[in-house]
Amino acid sequence: MVPALEIRVSINSDQDIVTARHRGRTLAAELGFSAGDATLIATAISELARNIVTYARKGLITLRAIQGSSRQGITVVASDDGPGIPDIRQAMRDGFSTSGSLGLGLPGVRRLMDDFEISSQPGQGTTVAVKKWKP
Amino acid sequence: MVFVVDLTGYPAMSMLQLDGVRKEENRPMAKRESPAKDLGTGNSPGVDLARSEASSELLRELVSHLRQNRTQLREEWVGRISETRLLTAMTKEEIFAEATSVYDSYVEALETETFEALQAYARNLSERIIPRGVETHEVVGIVLLLRDVLARSLFAKYQNDFRKLNRILDSYEPAANRIANTVAVGFVQERERVIRQQQEAIRELSTPVLQVRERLLILPIIGVIDPQRARQLTEQLLRGIRTNRAKVVVIDITGVAAMDVTVANHLVQTVEASRLLGATVIVTGLSPEIAQTLVTIGVDLGKMNTVGDLQGGIEQAERLLGYKVVTLAESHQAS
Amino acid sequence: MEVPILKQGEVLIATFQAALSDADLNQLRSGLIQQVVKLRSRGVIVDVTAMDVMDSFASRTLREIAHMIRLRGAETVIVGIQPEVAFAMVQLGLTLEGVATALDLEEGLAYLTHKFKNID
Repeated sequence: MVPALEIRVSINSDQDIVTARHRGRTLAAELGFSAGDATLIATAISELARNIVTYARKGLITLRAIQGSSRQGITVVASDDGPGIPDIRQAMRDGFSTSGSLGLGLPGVRRLMDDFEISSQPGQGTTVAVKKWKP
Repeated sequence: MVFVVDLTGYPAMSMLQLDGVRKEENRPMAKRESPAKDLGTGNSPGVDLARSEASSELLRELVSHLRQNRTQLREEWVGRISETRLLTAMTKEEIFAEATSVYDSYVEALETETFEALQAYARNLSERIIPRGVETHEVVGIVLLLRDVLARSLFAKYQNDFRKLNRILDSYEPAANRIANTVAVGFVQERERVIRQQQEAIRELSTPVLQVRERLLILPIIGVIDPQRARQLTEQLLRGIRTNRAKVVVIDITGVAAMDVTVANHLVQTVEASRLLGATVIVTGLSPEIAQTLVTIGVDLGKMNTVGDLQGGIEQAERLLGYKVVTLAESHQAS
Repeated sequence: MEVPILKQGEVLIATFQAALSDADLNQLRSGLIQQVVKLRSRGVIVDVTAMDVMDSFASRTLREIAHMIRLRGAETVIVGIQPEVAFAMVQLGLTLEGVATALDLEEGLAYLTHKFKNID
């Protein structure tokens, strides 16, 4: 049975980062993700929420259970009306080097999750949507 | 996803036979002038409304007929199932019990024209019968048989009124097709899920983490590693480090022919993650090709602990752990 | 959030809980340094067993703690990183490079004891 709920966490302060990842971990556990995968999801949420606090001051994390053709998953959407990312390709570079603590850590978030989508325009905010599927 | 259902041998009503019946019905119709004839094109809303009301009424009539004759039809169906030797993995009692649930869900889906409950039931049923060895063609087969049994009973009931039979079949057919599809898809999806789980389990078994001494783990990797297996390997190793309180891990990749960039990164990540758990990693059996791949992705091989072969790696591990490596000759002299 | 800091001889043991906010981590960092100076400790064990997520900020904080404590002439060991957390950390590229790590409290103490012997 797929819970048809949507969980929204407003991100205004660093305390909300903790809340968001806690809700994410709980939802992942409810959906039957392994402890390891739940940790990956919670870590991704933490980084995305952190970006919101650092660069946009405030935004929203939305968590939802999703149903694929033959498997279940979870989707996390981080959205804000912040300054936006001027050069997404630059932000997504870094390849496999170990510089996760610099910049936005977006390549790291991509590695943590299965699907990754980002849209951002300077002056128009940023939306990052990531998904993880249950094997 | 494509699957072929071989229906040879199933005494199902063919579409040709149904067609023949309809052609029969049209001939007398052409001579008569009947208001029911313009069912084809609804020109005025009045006619449309009349038609949809008529068809829901037909559906109700159909459903009540199926309910009234439940016992008899279900028996007939179960008989046909054993005749065609389907569900041999199940006992007669089990087949009867499942047949009852399937029959009721079938009729309910016809009545409500919604399929969520049926879908949920199909998944549930599949979860139960897949471990028993029931296969896709059997599940599809029995649903088609039920469809057939019900269609024949409609024929029997309305044989004296071809026009009504035709209209009832018009209501019945699309719903019956959808039901068959829903059940089949539900079964196949469940099967795919089970297969994925089994593959995962097999992968787990085939990457052993060995404890050879206290605080020393060996992870021999053989063959081709894909990213999924590499990841599983890492998770198993980390758990093993924790469980065995290992301080040194020897990862032997002598048996690995080649490694692409993704897997090479996994190896590096494994080394780094092991360190976070306080364990030192020694990589043995590094071929020149793999060494090159590592250099390509920016690994400083000077910083990575590598030894030529597994034996050498184990010896170094023992030195790190404080074991003294004594040769046989020395030990003889001591005693 | 109050984080307990235990003193065991010349070693301080700080046990981080789960759900520490950035503000909590900042407080912890300054609190720990103060205690190291005040008590003239030679070693610090930071136990993160209870931390179910280690993100970039937590990782950076730990590196800064280790760095500042080294400036005071003391050694830091991070212990108790969970297997799943370690895996997630390396995916993000957080390797705690330059910071000593050990499996648990027992190993951490063994490491520090060994270090003290070598320094003496």
